[in-house]
Amino acid sequence: MQVRAENLRKQYVGIAALDDVSLTVQPGELVALLGPSGSGKTTLLRTIAGLEAPDSGTVYFNDRDLSDSRIQDRGVGFVFQHYALFKHMRVMDNIAFGLRARSKNKPKESEIKRRVLELLDLVQLSGLERRFPAQLSGGQRQRVALARALAIEPSVLLLDEPFGALDARVRKDLRRWLREIHERTGHTTLFVTHDQEEALELADRVVVMNKGKIEQSATPDEIYDTPATPFVFSFIGESSVIPVQIGNGRATLDERLLDLEIGALPDGPAQLYLRPEDVTMVTDGGPGIPGLVVSTRRIGGMRRVTIECGLARHRIEFDAPAEVPINNSQRLTIRVIGGRVYGSGSEGYETERLAASATSDFKWAKAEGWLDR
Amino acid sequence: MTATAPDGARSFRWRRRSVLPGFGLSMGYTIAYLSLIVLIPLAGLGIRSASLGWDQFWKIAFDQRVVSALQLSFGAALIAAIINTVFGVLVAWVLVRYRFPGRRWLDAAVDLPFALPTAVAGIALATLYAPNGPFGMILDDWFGIKVGFTSTGVVMALIFVGLPFVVRTVQPVLEEIDRETEEVAATLGARRWRTVTRVIFPALFPAILTGFALSFARGVGEYGSVIFIASNLPYQSEIAPLLIIIKLEEHNYAGATAIATIMLVISFAMLFVINLLQAWSRKWFGHE
Repeated sequence: MQVRAENLRKQYVGIAALDDVSLTVQPGELVALLGPSGSGKTTLLRTIAGLEAPDSGTVYFNDRDLSDSRIQDRGVGFVFQHYALFKHMRVMDNIAFGLRARSKNKPKESEIKRRVLELLDLVQLSGLERRFPAQLSGGQRQRVALARALAIEPSVLLLDEPFGALDARVRKDLRRWLREIHERTGHTTLFVTHDQEEALELADRVVVMNKGKIEQSATPDEIYDTPATPFVFSFIGESSVIPVQIGNGRATLDERLLDLEIGALPDGPAQLYLRPEDVTMVTDGGPGIPGLVVSTRRIGGMRRVTIECGLARHRIEFDAPAEVPINNSQRLTIRVIGGRVYGSGSEGYETERLAASATSDFKWAKAEGWLDR
Repeated sequence: MTATAPDGARSFRWRRRSVLPGFGLSMGYTIAYLSLIVLIPLAGLGIRSASLGWDQFWKIAFDQRVVSALQLSFGAALIAAIINTVFGVLVAWVLVRYRFPGRRWLDAAVDLPFALPTAVAGIALATLYAPNGPFGMILDDWFGIKVGFTSTGVVMALIFVGLPFVVRTVQPVLEEIDRETEEVAATLGARRWRTVTRVIFPALFPAILTGFALSFARGVGEYGSVIFIASNLPYQSEIAPLLIIIKLEEHNYAGATAIATIMLVISFAMLFVINLLQAWSRKWFGHE
């Protein structure tokens, strides 16, 4: 079933939760809605489900306008972050709820039982059908919730932060398992998450949302490699931002020329967005940008180094091999080998900005000649 | 625990299975307190009525006047509790689910029967429902129903004093019910009625039962408001607590304690059954 949302708008006390959002999800596609809290991703999901009514705009399932259809008739399987299981019902009754609630084509009780056992097998919970939700772990509960949603043979499967309440290990297992279920059942699936890793790993297509708008809708590779906006760049993966100047089609940082593709940006101030892998350490004495190490920490097989560069002591993070010893206050030269330049006026994802450290020695900058220029 | 602690201390600590300390102290306090406040006075009742001897006791118990009074007390309390359960749940539903101007006032008004001296309530109800009172006249003229100074009036008074018990026990549980479970029921195709009966009601059931039990117990013991609205005619609208007072005024202490003991036994049996029912319902509806 194809899901199409057209020009959805939804206003909550002065704040636009959905600001003219249009989205098409192809049959059988697994799409992630990714964004920070308050970006409108959950509102979009709930609007598609029919749990919220948009102020304007239309939702279509296969060209069928759903504006006047009730939630009960939409046939959406909805899974909540906190499972929303019926606590007073056993697992089997939870799963059978949707089948028993049918007013027409209600299957026989023996048929319902067969379906329930089949679904329990699918979600790998066979043997637990007589348990109450309180007797299950978080991961098991979420699988029951999914089985319950699948029982009605939904036209669309919608999941709101399905793994948000689970611990990291269970979350990873369930992610892989959801992907398998999706491949086996082929439901058109939309899920909301604020976890970029989850979105990139699980989805065929990632829709990044911010402030009620869609920033980019693309495959995980495209989202990571060619982020359309500074927001997408800074929301996905690790990033450092430093201001640069554009002039004569080149980018410069404190009058040092950077070897970067800048596209068709006008002259003037701009922002350079860097991933840790866009920066390397210069070890052969070649040209580069000098800086002072402020902190290092071990991340897996690499060492994440934070250095301060330039007059305004911009912070850049990059990865150095773990076997190279790097100490705080050490001077290094780095070279920018990648990254993307965005014109000023567009905003990145605001996190708590790392404030320049007050304790680091200022004299080095003078010695390097940065301050006298 | 330090490594230098003597073996005795260690084994003493290890014997404790519970992580909650102070079991001995709090249990001792509970038993002493309950004994002083509840058990000893009630035991005194039993002992006093036992002095009557079985023959005397049964004679009082099966006296027609006593039987009708007990029937009225328990019957009216039961009817009032049932009515309060239905409408109390409705009031709780409205207070929890809807936002409207004056909601807080209405919410506070629910507690008034708790706070008001019950005699005041009885007088107010009697004024309204008396044959010449504004409500009493309408009910009598239009429907031929007499409320004031009849056994219907007794039920009326018990409804009044018992209402807050149901509302106040159901309200917090209703507030706790997750909106999401209702939303999920809707996405699964359940119509509103099915959601209410299959999802919301089972979750509320233990609280409703508690409210019913409290309202019923209150009704059985109620005295102040009833004597003003009922005409207190023997065999017709005389409640058991009133009969006890009458016996006391006649210095018939043994007779009074006998009636009290019968009330106690019946009340205890009924509350015990309700508690069992509740334990069963909690299990059945998966609250444990």
